[in-house]
Amino acid sequence: MAVCIAVIAKENYPLYIRSIPTENELKFHYTVHTSLDVVDEKISAMGKALVDQRELYLGLLYPTEDYKVYGYVTNSKVKFVMVVDSSNTALRDNEIRSVSAGNQNATCQISIFAPSTYS
Amino acid sequence: MENKPIVTCAGDQNLFTSIYPMLSQQLPKEPMEWRRSYGRAPKMIHLESNFVQFKEELLPKEGNKALLTFPFLHIYWTECCDTEVYKATVKDDITKWQNVLKVHSSVDWLIVVVESDAKKKNKTNILPRTSIVDKIRNDFCNKQSDRCVVLSDPLKDSSRSQESWNAFLTKLRTLLLMSFTKNLGKFEDDMRTLREKRTEPGWSFCEYFMVQEELAFVFEMLQQFEDALVQYDELDALFSQYVVNFGAGDGANWLTFFCQPVRSWNGLILRKPIDMEKRELIQNQEATLLDLRSYLFSRQCTLLIFLQRPWEVSQRALELLHNCVQELKLLEVSVPPGALDCWVFLSCLEVLQRIEGCCDRAQVDANVSHTVGLWSYATEKLKSLGYLCGLVSEKGPNSEDLNRTVDLLAGLGAERPETANTAQSPYKKLKEALSSVEAFEKHYLDLSHATIEMYTNIGRIRSAKLVGKDLAEFYMRKKGPQKAEVYLQGALKTYLAEGWALLITHTRKQLAECQKHLGQIENYLQTSSLLASDDHLTEDERQHFCQEILNFANQQTEGKGQKVILSMHSFAQLKTLHFDPPNAVIHVGGTLSIELTLLSQMPIPVEVDQIAINVHFSIEKNNYRKTAEWLTKHKTSNGIISFLNEVAGFPLSRNNLPALELYEMYERSPSDNSLNTTGIICKNVHMLLRRQESSSSLEMPSGVTLEDGAHTLKCSNFILEPGVNTITFRTQAKEPGTYTLRQLCTSVGKVHFVLPHFYPVVQYDVYSQEPQLKVEPLTDSLLAGIPQKVKFTVTTGHYTMKSGDTLQLSNADAMPFLYHPESKALIYSNTREKVSESSLLIQSSEKITSITLPVAPAYHVIEFDLEVIYLPSTPTTSVESENLVNKELHRKSKEKQKSDNCMATVDQKVTIDCPWSIYSTIIALTFSVPFNAKHSLLSAGKRKYVQVCVQNLSELCFQLSDNNLKNFGNCIDLQLVPLKPESQQHIYSKQSVFFVWELKWTKELPPSLQCQFSVSFCPDTSEEQSFSLKPYTYEFQVENYFTLYNVKAQIFPPLGVEYCKTGSLCSLEVSITRLSDLLDVDKDEALTESDGYCTTKLMYEVVDNSSNWAVCGKSSGVISMPVAAQATHKVHMEVMPLFAGYLPFPDVKLFKYLPHHSAHSMQLDADSWIENDNLSVDKNMDDQADNSSIKSRGSLHSAASGEHKGLPMPRLQSFSPGQVFNSSTSMQILVIPSKDDHVLEVNIT
Repeated sequence: MAVCIAVIAKENYPLYIRSIPTENELKFHYTVHTSLDVVDEKISAMGKALVDQRELYLGLLYPTEDYKVYGYVTNSKVKFVMVVDSSNTALRDNEIRSVSAGNQNATCQISIFAPSTYS
Repeated sequence: MENKPIVTCAGDQNLFTSIYPMLSQQLPKEPMEWRRSYGRAPKMIHLESNFVQFKEELLPKEGNKALLTFPFLHIYWTECCDTEVYKATVKDDITKWQNVLKVHSSVDWLIVVVESDAKKKNKTNILPRTSIVDKIRNDFCNKQSDRCVVLSDPLKDSSRSQESWNAFLTKLRTLLLMSFTKNLGKFEDDMRTLREKRTEPGWSFCEYFMVQEELAFVFEMLQQFEDALVQYDELDALFSQYVVNFGAGDGANWLTFFCQPVRSWNGLILRKPIDMEKRELIQNQEATLLDLRSYLFSRQCTLLIFLQRPWEVSQRALELLHNCVQELKLLEVSVPPGALDCWVFLSCLEVLQRIEGCCDRAQVDANVSHTVGLWSYATEKLKSLGYLCGLVSEKGPNSEDLNRTVDLLAGLGAERPETANTAQSPYKKLKEALSSVEAFEKHYLDLSHATIEMYTNIGRIRSAKLVGKDLAEFYMRKKGPQKAEVYLQGALKTYLAEGWALLITHTRKQLAECQKHLGQIENYLQTSSLLASDDHLTEDERQHFCQEILNFANQQTEGKGQKVILSMHSFAQLKTLHFDPPNAVIHVGGTLSIELTLLSQMPIPVEVDQIAINVHFSIEKNNYRKTAEWLTKHKTSNGIISFLNEVAGFPLSRNNLPALELYEMYERSPSDNSLNTTGIICKNVHMLLRRQESSSSLEMPSGVTLEDGAHTLKCSNFILEPGVNTITFRTQAKEPGTYTLRQLCTSVGKVHFVLPHFYPVVQYDVYSQEPQLKVEPLTDSLLAGIPQKVKFTVTTGHYTMKSGDTLQLSNADAMPFLYHPESKALIYSNTREKVSESSLLIQSSEKITSITLPVAPAYHVIEFDLEVIYLPSTPTTSVESENLVNKELHRKSKEKQKSDNCMATVDQKVTIDCPWSIYSTIIALTFSVPFNAKHSLLSAGKRKYVQVCVQNLSELCFQLSDNNLKNFGNCIDLQLVPLKPESQQHIYSKQSVFFVWELKWTKELPPSLQCQFSVSFCPDTSEEQSFSLKPYTYEFQVENYFTLYNVKAQIFPPLGVEYCKTGSLCSLEVSITRLSDLLDVDKDEALTESDGYCTTKLMYEVVDNSSNWAVCGKSSGVISMPVAAQATHKVHMEVMPLFAGYLPFPDVKLFKYLPHHSAHSMQLDADSWIENDNLSVDKNMDDQADNSSIKSRGSLHSAASGEHKGLPMPRLQSFSPGQVFNSSTSMQILVIPSKDDHVLEVNIT
């Protein structure tokens, strides 16, 4: 499953970031941060279509040797970035997509209860 | 290799050779629709063929699955037109050919009969041309007549031959496609069958690979690259699935073969369409995983480039490389260290070079985003190779490193011949890079810089910074910190801008090391302080950095200028500041304490030498801020100022620069509307510029300078514990003005931590105040005549009250201050805290009241109350002046009463000498007169009464006593008898009290009487007054008070009736009686005197305002009245009651009737008419008309009617209120209703 999950604010600062092998936390921070380049690229490439089509799943952002980075962006430009171990080949694209959507719902719930953390 | 579908040719070879050029040229000219099986979309396809001579060997043997060499169509060519020849040779030949085909169960054949006119001409005995074709069809084309076609005159350029060609080509193409469909379909079916067997033990992936690749080759041959690519992709997916399954424990036997250790890592080869070498390895089942992957990818690459999709190549390449690395891991293939790095590096460069080889520079530049990943990957791999081979150390590689390098180079093998002549081939690059430290550095830097540039160009700043950080690490390893610093700072700036705490911490740590190496003491210490306060670090690390600062701070240095100034925000945070006194306003000489709450961010206690606040002093222009009044009014603040919690390193969302807002500007000439200027204006330039500034000053607090001011608050030698610390400063105020706190500086040895400015602005004020006296009433307004309290407030300011200091009040006679021995003075501090209380000593002399003030220090307030009374008049003042005052007052109050019932006011001033000044203070107090009085004259026949009404305008209730009315004239004869001799009376707020006196006299009195009313009063609530209060006085004049006439009206019912009845006439008798003889007041124009016999003219008028009566006939008239006592005049008239009940009498009014004088009439103006308001012109006219009737009623005196005729009109003058007494006023008479017309209506609801 995912080794790192990050929620990133519209202004690109991390709202929430957790990785499962905590000893390598720094590396994931770098990975997630760098993936924002591609997120930005994809968002600007989508441009207005994003709003109209409501296609929030950005797909694979960034493959590395060891990890695959997937992205998801909400209407309010909050980003979800998920880092998955490359060896986990069982994971399919549409599964990632549903996980991302689930993430958003979860975060919405969190932000209702603790809005200050996410604002 | 030029592969084309094979078509065999049998029969007449010479004929075919002659036709071949035309055929090979014509065949691909027109596309043909290829309908496909399995629902695949039909395709337009240009067919080409490789025509070969028919040989039996060409036909595939049973089991041979090769498709490339498969003859798709067999054609038999003949030119025969002679039946004999046909029978003799051709038929046999065809039969033989057919038999061979049948043996090989090949059904794709065609017989072409070529006809030419030339031959026809030569043979005269020819059969009809159809016969040969018909024969062939008959002999061979059993039910398949289309298998034999005629080509007429193929070498001629005629329309007939063209037609024939077209028909032939269409047939040929159709048959070819039919053959493809059939044979490929069969092949695919076989292939699928083979694939379904993959779970069987003996199944071999390599075998299957070759089969499916055969299909791919055919598609490629048919130029169907897309379909060819699909075959490879299927193979790719199948293989990947096997690897995944293997990882899941479901291993296939054949896969173990791919798990053999990696011995060669020479990278992808993409320069040949087919790498036969690798293909052979696969065919021979000797390929390793990397071989298979390499070959597969090279084929995919070739097809993608045919399809002109080079960018897909780069994308797939990256996936492939990542995938291979993963697969090797998954399959647990043993790989020598660095081998994969080599393979990846070579492969990346190979792909990049392959793409560059098929695209021009501009295309490559435009698609950097597709290739930059490979560049970055190559850089990464080269880096790790460098680290592995000891090329990134200061000393260079050791022997172990060298051995490793040799092993790695061995695995590369010899360079492939394809790239041998390329100068920059990946192979050469890698070999060179691994050969020496310098070469490595060159290659690594080249790659890194190229990657950074590419990332930067396409806007992937974060990726660029990450590569930059690797580069910085490399430079640090190479002991080149000055080069590393730029990259670290760049990366740090990006992380700071986006608030990535962990990245900031990590980069800062690297930067700290770099700065330490560079000897940038100040920067290093600043970074250290940031790190020491960074809670993402471990406690040990934080302590280390803190210790670094302390070590430096405590270093003994000889030079004095070794001061290091750092920003305070990482060292400690200013949380709150607390002033005492809370309003931060103190007087000169007062003490101010400032309590700072500092949150130390250091992990260990820090010994601070001194903490200082730099204060800026300015002379306050606004004097108001310095007064005690300001001070007391601004008590709301609790003196605590909180500072914004700006967390270092978390300037969140700093990077969301607003979008550039541009708009076009056109300026046209006002005259002809032509364009003068155009431009682009940035609307939000202030936003953009400001943001830039703030972000540039994020990390570099180098601009902090230590201000050197004359005013500094200091606190020395204490220990700043981690967490919250409280530091108190005390200062004694000296100069008045405003002091602004500017900088906070904490000194630890040589290190100074400076907070460059306080925000929000913090100020305290020092004021100096002049002494001041204020006198104000305790109530809303002061009332005249009664003692009331006023408050004296002495603000001492800078003056100290000494013993014996007095306030000297110069007494005003009308306003004495009253002294109570028990009155106390209260002393307050400037902040309204009660300090003490002392009794007040007051000495009063005739002219001066002297108040001895208690001893009080400077900047205190003395408060005491005194009673004051305003006496409107004093016994000594003359009646005249008193009158004047009263009249004045009266006038004033009247004026005011017009609008609202206001009290008249009097201002009184008192002069006070204060001990602190040579000048006198003049205090004005305003008193209001609580009463207002009115008088009126009342009559009863000849008896006269004076009524005085006293109205209380104030809010208080009073007790009135000793009312008295005095006559000022010298009429000793006059007696004023009070009707209500009560001595005491209450008068409530806003109410009135009436007093009545009867006037009694014996002798004749003067026409006017001067009277003075006086009444004593005291507040109802107050206790016994020791002080005698002055009475309230009111002066007035009474005129024309003698009664001249008595008017009496009587109403009689008609004769013989007891009561008046409604609707029946009654008689009204008015008798006017003169009560006195001739008096001075009678002397006017109405008086006619003849022979000592005086008469005067009067006019009467009966008016019934309440409409109870109907006056029948004349209601008014003029009479001549003898001026003698008891002279009586009676007038009769008829009136009719309109209602039943006790009806009041109608009013009878009496006027003086002044005859017209020419001189007088000239003076007549509108005013005089208004003055005689009871008569209108109409009435006068009435009089004229009714004169006769007056006469007829037997009036004693006939009017000189003729005299009144004409325009000049007589005047009417009313009598003074006391001159006419109406004795029938308010009399009533009973009127009974007439019986017949009385209807009582009762409604019951």
